[in-house]
Amino acid sequence: MADKKTFPINPLSRRAILAGGAALGATLFLPKGLRAQDFPTDQVNTTGLAVTDDTVQVGILHSISGTMSISETGSVQAEKLAIEQINAQGGVLGRKIETIQEDGASDWPTFAEKARKLLVNDKVASVMGCWTSASRKAVLPVFEQYNGMLYYPTFYEGLEESPNVIYTGQEATQQIIAGLDWVAREKGAKSFYLLGSDYIWPRTSNKIARKHIEDKLGGKVLGEEYYPLGHTQFNSVINKIRLKKPDVIYAIVVGGSNVAFYKQLKAAGIDMTEEAPLLLTISVTEDEIRGIGGENIEGAYACMKYFQSLENENNREFVAAFKEMWGDDMVIGDVTQAAYLGPWLWKAAVEKAGSFDVDKVREASPGIELASAPEGYVKIHENHHLWSKTRVGHAKADGQYEVVFETGDLVEPDPFPEGYQ
Amino acid sequence: MTRTSFLKRDEAVGLAILALIIFVVFPVMLDDFRLNLFGKYLTYAFVAIGLVLCWGAGGILSLGQGVFFGLGGYCMAMFLKLEASTPEATAIQSTPGIPDFMDWNQITALPVWWQPFDSFALTLAAILVVPAAFAFVIGFAMFRRRVSGVYFAIITQAIAAIVTILIIGQQGYTGGVNGITDLRTLMGWDIRPDGAKTALYFVNGVLLFVCLLVAMAIRKSKFGRVLVAMRDAEDRVRFSGYDVASFKIFIFCVGAMMASVGGAMFTLQVGFMSPTIVGIVPSIEMVIFCAVGGRHSLMGAVYGALLVNWAKTTFSESFPDLWLFGLGALFIAVVMAFPNGLAGLYDDYVKPRLPMRRTAPATQPQPAE
Amino acid sequence: MFSDYSLSELGAIFAMQGFAGLILFSVFVLMALGLAIIFGQMGVINMAHGEFMILGAYVTYLVSNAFAAYMPALFGAYFFVAMVLAFCASGLLGMAVEWAIIRHLYKRPLDTLLATWGLSLMLQQAFRSLFGAREVGVTIPDWMMGSMAVTDMIEVPINGIFVMVLALGISAAIYVMMYRSGWGRQVRAVTQNRVMAGAVGINTERTDRMTFGIGCGVAGVAGAAFTMIGSTGPTSGQAYIVDTFLVVVFGGAASLLGTIASAFSISQAQSILEFFLSGSMAKVITLLVVVGILMLRPQGLFAMKLRK
Repeated sequence: MADKKTFPINPLSRRAILAGGAALGATLFLPKGLRAQDFPTDQVNTTGLAVTDDTVQVGILHSISGTMSISETGSVQAEKLAIEQINAQGGVLGRKIETIQEDGASDWPTFAEKARKLLVNDKVASVMGCWTSASRKAVLPVFEQYNGMLYYPTFYEGLEESPNVIYTGQEATQQIIAGLDWVAREKGAKSFYLLGSDYIWPRTSNKIARKHIEDKLGGKVLGEEYYPLGHTQFNSVINKIRLKKPDVIYAIVVGGSNVAFYKQLKAAGIDMTEEAPLLLTISVTEDEIRGIGGENIEGAYACMKYFQSLENENNREFVAAFKEMWGDDMVIGDVTQAAYLGPWLWKAAVEKAGSFDVDKVREASPGIELASAPEGYVKIHENHHLWSKTRVGHAKADGQYEVVFETGDLVEPDPFPEGYQ
Repeated sequence: MTRTSFLKRDEAVGLAILALIIFVVFPVMLDDFRLNLFGKYLTYAFVAIGLVLCWGAGGILSLGQGVFFGLGGYCMAMFLKLEASTPEATAIQSTPGIPDFMDWNQITALPVWWQPFDSFALTLAAILVVPAAFAFVIGFAMFRRRVSGVYFAIITQAIAAIVTILIIGQQGYTGGVNGITDLRTLMGWDIRPDGAKTALYFVNGVLLFVCLLVAMAIRKSKFGRVLVAMRDAEDRVRFSGYDVASFKIFIFCVGAMMASVGGAMFTLQVGFMSPTIVGIVPSIEMVIFCAVGGRHSLMGAVYGALLVNWAKTTFSESFPDLWLFGLGALFIAVVMAFPNGLAGLYDDYVKPRLPMRRTAPATQPQPAE
Repeated sequence: MFSDYSLSELGAIFAMQGFAGLILFSVFVLMALGLAIIFGQMGVINMAHGEFMILGAYVTYLVSNAFAAYMPALFGAYFFVAMVLAFCASGLLGMAVEWAIIRHLYKRPLDTLLATWGLSLMLQQAFRSLFGAREVGVTIPDWMMGSMAVTDMIEVPINGIFVMVLALGISAAIYVMMYRSGWGRQVRAVTQNRVMAGAVGINTERTDRMTFGIGCGVAGVAGAAFTMIGSTGPTSGQAYIVDTFLVVVFGGAASLLGTIASAFSISQAQSILEFFLSGSMAKVITLLVVVGILMLRPQGLFAMKLRK
């Protein structure tokens, strides 16, 4: 982990990088030279995928009903936007993408069932989908059995590296460590209170956080606890936090519990706009703030790779296009942006491989660069995760984050971190 | 009623038709993918049959059948997971040879209560005994104190909530919210290819018929008639000298075991087990399978499970928004307009028109309390 | 765990923890009162109770938007308007549901459970279609979101006090209605003997409809109040249903006093356990103890003396 150094931000060089990235993006995607007749179907599709002379079918598999639909709606929207843009540029290998959307209904067996349908019945060339770890774990054996390709957008706990998945969100170490380093360095934080919803992502993330705090930062963890998903009463833990007086409340609360937690925190008089305790979260994107209310979370810090307020040309275009397609009142969070990358990364891999065959796409994927990404520049690592920068945002009352820190280099993905297990 | 043979003629015909549908029509008409789906639906039919016994015949409505379904499923999943977690397959873990999720949670040795699941025989025994024992404890506590009806329903629902929170909270031992995933082989036999799934479908079908016949035997026995009497007038049965509580406990245990077998088959066919199948919502959905099929009809339960699940898959593929309205309306319609479900419709409209020798006009059973 | 702290700190913490328990108690009372009326007095299991609460929350959301748009000067007071409207909306919907569904099922209490579950699914989908799948953010007036510093250490959240006052007020109102008014006498008469009540000239149908409507209306008010402490989304209501039923059943179904006593004991137990254990385990242990006691004493804490 030591070699993943992070540098204080240098605005000049950042701007230079971004400008370069935008230019690179222009060269990568503007030429519409790829014509379908140059790539005969029987050569680009040797495994019987749903590819014709002018179309290719891609699956979208998210929950559009049930409790998870709250979170997954944004991902569906981003994926559809990306696919529409790709089609407007002439498609993939000259073929328009047709989407087949399935509803996972927030139910993991349904996810597995629909994944099977997409791969076996529809023979889609790739699938953009899943959100929770549980849904990914449920579909994983299906993708491995039928050799499909899944683009998975959520930041997640790591501990996985499937040849059939490209993880477009950050794994835990990428997301967590830069943020902890930042609060320790910039805010002088020494003591932390870890808290989360009770399932694997918060638990694994807190495990990594605890190791890093205790072993690398020389800080102290004053408490660590978990509440069932959907829990709405946080007064007791707020009292405990008050008693222990940590420098940082490190919160990974998800879903409806988020709203309850932040409202009660504010009502209890813990003012996050003051210096201590400061609150650092990795689970609240702009999407969640809509439910929480910007005024209730103002002053909190979030650590992730993308914020809607990022200042760069790619992002401005992305935000404008997203709002034009889905409405002005839309907000875009980290996962939504990561979902947007999926179709682009797949297109780049297919065109590099010159084939839709999953094996060739997999082989071509490592090293694929995407300079037109709204988050800046990303690159697929050998382990199927993305190299990406990690940023810290400061929540404002209007529900947006102000980016206050960005790692100087891309952070290497490390799904099986040594010394953190 | 004179008893000439075990099955009345129309029952025999009904069974034959059901057998034809399950063993011939579905395998011929459906591709491997759909057949596997229908196999999954049929695992819910086990629960529904158990519910017909408990609720339709015994008047005990359990909103916690998902717990028993889950217990069976988890028992099977634990066995399969141990088989998949060979030291070779898990070599990258810090402790090879234990399930991956344990390793992620810093557990360094297999917990004692996991160890019996190394043996297939003990696993099969556990699938039957564990839920039965659990049901016995619940039933003993509740029925001895004459808790019934609504109270029983709510307490079983709370138990479903508790079990779900426990499974999710103890993720080092249970796999947490992800459940136990990535199951590969059953005693060396790969359960993932289409051929294996088809074979499992037939195993599932046979087991379903075994359960169906057991349930019919119970219903036809003197025991079954006491049960119905109890549902209709519990006090009179009690005053006649029967030990009402024991009857209820027994039938509740039988229902739990059937649900558990269904759960084990679910794990085999779907390839994983997770707490979402244990909780309150699936438990109530299982009751609706039973209600749609007809709460008094064993065969109706099978059709109910098939129909509701098929409709769920079909409609949610095309109209995900309308689906919840449809499902909600179905609940209300079944309760208000067709309290005897599909079986009631059959009795009212189809049966009288059949050119079959009429048995004594069946008295319409009243909906249970 | 306490050795590092001074006596005054500990005192403050215990005071605040006690207060947290009282807030939880008020939340439980608000959740359960509406259900206690419907379940306790009418024997109807309303699985859509949580959805009636969320309806109240959505009404609050709409009212807050209306005030923000049309009379920002009065924004600080919109909450009171919202609660009245939430009561009316949930109450009217409840009466409609009683007329359309429930009244046909009085003899089959288990079937009301299934029918109202169906209703809850339809309501959830209706919320989703109307307000979107995402949670909505209800802006609470500033004066309600702050806290009062009693001493340097002790801070009391104002919304907590608000919830407590509301719970107290509604409990008192229901007590007066049930035990000190003619209507309450009619409701209790119908509960105890429907046929005789009808025979002495009580319009049992109207009484049932009013009772159900008021129960749902109280749920609506609770939902409005919970926008201060919880989330408002199509499926938020489901989170409340198990707790609510347990509080009512644990209290002894027919007794309002029992409901309050059970809300008090469950909330204190949970709040104390939460302080010493992790949240998940506290919840499991609380539920286990409640279920355990219910197995030993199925009639609940306060049972109506009735021959069955």
